[in-house]
Amino acid sequence: MGCDNIINTFAPCLSSSLGVPIEIANFIGIFLGVIIVASFPLLVAIALIWTERKFAARIQDRLGPNRVGVFGLLQPFADVIKLLGKEDITPAGADRPIYNAAPVVSVVSVLLIWAVIPFTPIHVGVDLSIGALYFLAVASLGTLAIILAAWASNNKYALLGAFRVVAQLISYEVPLALALLVPVMIAGSMSLVSIVEAQAGMWFVVSAPIAAFLFFISAQAETGRAPFDLLEAESELVAGYNIEYSGMKFAMFFAGEFMHVFTNAVLMAVLFMGGYLGPFVDQIPMLGLVYLLIKASFWYLLSLLMRNALPRIRIDQLMLFNWLFLVPLSVVNLLVTALLLMIVREVGLAPDDPRSFVDNIPQTIVLFLGNAALFVVVMSMVRNRFRAQRLAETQTDDLLPATAGD
Amino acid sequence: MALQQFAPIAALIILAVVLTFIISNISTIFGPSNNTSRKTAPYESGMQPIGVGMRRMPVKFYLIGVLFILFDIEVIFFLPWAVVFRDLGFYGLAVMGLFFFILTIGLIYEWKKGALEWE
Repeated sequence: MGCDNIINTFAPCLSSSLGVPIEIANFIGIFLGVIIVASFPLLVAIALIWTERKFAARIQDRLGPNRVGVFGLLQPFADVIKLLGKEDITPAGADRPIYNAAPVVSVVSVLLIWAVIPFTPIHVGVDLSIGALYFLAVASLGTLAIILAAWASNNKYALLGAFRVVAQLISYEVPLALALLVPVMIAGSMSLVSIVEAQAGMWFVVSAPIAAFLFFISAQAETGRAPFDLLEAESELVAGYNIEYSGMKFAMFFAGEFMHVFTNAVLMAVLFMGGYLGPFVDQIPMLGLVYLLIKASFWYLLSLLMRNALPRIRIDQLMLFNWLFLVPLSVVNLLVTALLLMIVREVGLAPDDPRSFVDNIPQTIVLFLGNAALFVVVMSMVRNRFRAQRLAETQTDDLLPATAGD
Repeated sequence: MALQQFAPIAALIILAVVLTFIISNISTIFGPSNNTSRKTAPYESGMQPIGVGMRRMPVKFYLIGVLFILFDIEVIFFLPWAVVFRDLGFYGLAVMGLFFFILTIGLIYEWKKGALEWE
């Protein structure tokens, strides 16, 4: 293989076969790669809108879109055409430059994540050595888009929604980052390609299930989907931060949210389920994309199920759940994983060949048992706390009718 | 290698910004444009809006912000350690544990002060 990204494989081939100067070939290579990376999530988003609506409809005992095209497959296109013809309203008193920039930032923050995601063994936008850090940096731009949109649209509902959602997003960024560090630690690298390759022996979802759980929950909160959808609590805030937007600007926020959910599913697949790895992927690299999409679909459907089956939680519950449960758990999980990895290496159980399944078994068993022990300890602590709370509540309940009767 | 690596990302930023800017403004071309003062007024469920929408934020959110900064700095220190923790050994782990312990005291203090309660 030798080449590790689209540009490296494409440009030398073009210059050697057609006699194009290498600089121009490089430029064309970068240009084509960028177009592919930027348009892939936008195209996927169109398919996702249909999937999501059909899935939600089935859960709610409806049929969902079924008029436009076969099975309603053309419904997203009809929606886009409808939104194109809508009036683009800028509210009076809006801060125009910021108002127009917010939807752009919202989509760009998601599109940029795709630059580092490995699609197949040889098709990676850029294999950055700091891929994980790059993801964190770029993903936090999405928070900025929300506060920009709310502030610039001069609307009280929008601003109230944005306060809540920014508090939520910055809070859940902490466990997200700490859970992301567990695969980084086991792989010993921040490059997403190295993290995928380190899972050739064993998927990290087996050796670090708590980190996978933490990443999934906080990624769901980062997208602002139910049960963490305080930003668009329809009954309280009408629509949240994007209330004043119409036409394609509204569609950009919408598309950004859909792409964010799918991007998180892809990241779950890359970080914890071996990304493009699968049988025969060394011979036929394009199979890697199929495996990646299958694994991502699993997490995507799980996230849709969560969205449709769970009720919205209150903001104080949201904050307590994050700061008193997710954050301490993620730090302790990180430290325990580090301790176990070092013990495994001191004892000599570390895999000699990281790519072989058999060599990885001892380390995986140790890590899995460590995770299981941590899970039991944390869950018993949670149980004791809530049992005490429940007891206190039942005691006050017993007193109430007595006083009311007197 | 160092900065050259980021050339495609710079190209992606430019392309993504241009593309999304064009898409997000496309309905100004295709859509109608007959603004009235009623239409451009801030939407407040049909009520006459009072005052401006750009208001100061409740102090509660500043506390959350401070808590976030506290822990985000922790994450920043954890990031390089997670890559090289094998070389730093048990000493590095003990130091990070102590660091986390000190931060936890801050978290417990803020919790007991009632920063996480919404009344």
